[in-house]
Amino acid sequence: MLRYILRRVLIAVPTLILVSVFVFTLQKLLPGDPVLAMAGEDRDPATIAFLREKYRLNDPILVQYFVWLGDVLRGDLGMSLRTGLPVTELIAQKLPVTIQLAIMSMFWALLIGIPMGIVSAVRKGTWADWLANIVALSGLSVPNFWLGIMLILLVSVNLGWLPASGYESPFVDLKRSFQTMLMPSLVLGTGLAAALMRHTRSAMLGVLQSDYIRTARAKGLAERRVILRHAFRNALLPVVTLTALLFGELLAGAVLTEQIFTIPGFGKLVVDAVFNRDYAVVQGVVLVTAVGFILMNLLADVLYVLLNPRMRDAL
Amino acid sequence: MTAVADLPRRAPSRSWRKFRRNPAALVGGVVVAFFVAIAVLAPLLPIPDPAATDWGAIRKAPSMAHWLGTDEIGRDILSRMIWGAQASLLAGVVSVGIAVAVGVPFGLVAGYFGGWTDGVISRATEALLAMPFLILAIALAAFLGPSLTNAMIAIGLSAVPIFIRLTRGQVLSVKTEDYVEGARAIGLGHLAIMGRYILPNVIPPILVQATLTVATAIIAEASLSFLGLGQQPPAPSWGSMLNTAKNFLSQAPWMAVWPGTAIFLVVIGFNMLGDGLRDALDPREH
Repeated sequence: MLRYILRRVLIAVPTLILVSVFVFTLQKLLPGDPVLAMAGEDRDPATIAFLREKYRLNDPILVQYFVWLGDVLRGDLGMSLRTGLPVTELIAQKLPVTIQLAIMSMFWALLIGIPMGIVSAVRKGTWADWLANIVALSGLSVPNFWLGIMLILLVSVNLGWLPASGYESPFVDLKRSFQTMLMPSLVLGTGLAAALMRHTRSAMLGVLQSDYIRTARAKGLAERRVILRHAFRNALLPVVTLTALLFGELLAGAVLTEQIFTIPGFGKLVVDAVFNRDYAVVQGVVLVTAVGFILMNLLADVLYVLLNPRMRDAL
Repeated sequence: MTAVADLPRRAPSRSWRKFRRNPAALVGGVVVAFFVAIAVLAPLLPIPDPAATDWGAIRKAPSMAHWLGTDEIGRDILSRMIWGAQASLLAGVVSVGIAVAVGVPFGLVAGYFGGWTDGVISRATEALLAMPFLILAIALAAFLGPSLTNAMIAIGLSAVPIFIRLTRGQVLSVKTEDYVEGARAIGLGHLAIMGRYILPNVIPPILVQATLTVATAIIAEASLSFLGLGQQPPAPSWGSMLNTAKNFLSQAPWMAVWPGTAIFLVVIGFNMLGDGLRDALDPREH
């Protein structure tokens, strides 16, 4: 098992290196000379020369990359031009907020998506299946930022039930924190629920046709027991993997959701950074997201093996 | 000589028959065709100039004069919606075109040659896939500068790995077929084998994926324009209309309702069309 995990970690290394190359290349896409922009209007040659030296822009690009990578490995993602704070510190401040949003969204996604997928598979071809498929297709097609706007219009503006924006830490005021996060997490969760529903349905359909389900039914087991104990437990495997992989979608969805509900998280950090031309922050966020995604991928693989006795024995 | 009329009419293919019998796919096709038609016909339709402001008709609710109402500077929302369809569909199709044009050749090469070529391309694809689609598109659009063209490039580049991976996988299964072995045996070059024997056989799944990715790309363009990184004002786009609308939710809710509905409809249309194409073209479904 340990060998398997080690092998997976080793496979992830080249991917991580390439991610770092991409993220480093991003800054090279910037139009114009960044030093000229930093030097101000008078463009004093001495200042330009100093900045070039300071940011090692006179070095060959490969050297620049390794210097940058060395800093990244030491946890130094550069300084935010806007706030003057280290990017690492900014990300560390904002990440917990987005993690809270992600956990709540995933809760709704699992709560809605999995039962819908099971019902849809068990009642294949009935109106329940048809309805669940339409709901899932709609969930995949609706832009979540628009859904957010519509919820604000209905729930906050018209009914006045929940705050339209803002954030409160759960450690300060749990009730208020839940209230501020309810709509954003539902908005993010519905899209994921749609993906989970489709996946659960297809996994369940595969499992329901297998011999051991026929045997379980032939033994006279109650249908509920057959579905939940025998079929669902086995269909859960690919669903667990997908749940881990949806992490990336969650972070991407959080960008717009946080913008709409003015939640001071990771997503809002990157959008604000984009508008303030705070490129070190944009780079930092992309890098952290990608690394997080690769780690979740790794976790999904390991979980898959842990949950699947046949795979576990094969190792 | 046989007259053309005497030739036996080619029976409609199995896939086409299957597609025609799928009501959801047909509905999707009609929805997409409707939006394409209004986008193409926009200059010919008797609608006001989408940029024309009317200070006497600011934030007016839908009426006979303005069917979908007006925005915060008195522009006709219906007209902006119709012209906005151009930006959305163009972004969807062009960005997917970029993704296919870059991704398919790389996927072909990786799958066909295998070995270290495949290793390098596949690792790069995994690295690109590790960056969530929208975050990568936002970062690219931010670094390239805000404009519809750059948004299309950013979305297209972000979707490249999807097509590399798909094409590579398809090539791996096609290249072991007898006809490819045969082509190799008669001494055809790599380029000819890839172009004449492999590519035509991997097109169906690419077509399905392209249709589904247009849906994703339309949402991505709307998202970038919503953030101010896509279509720039005063040119209309559904995403930027929503960005403005969110500031007037209590005074003019219609400003937010229509563009979002349009995005939803066109995206669901492409998704239904893509699902229908997949069911029709997937050999396992026959």
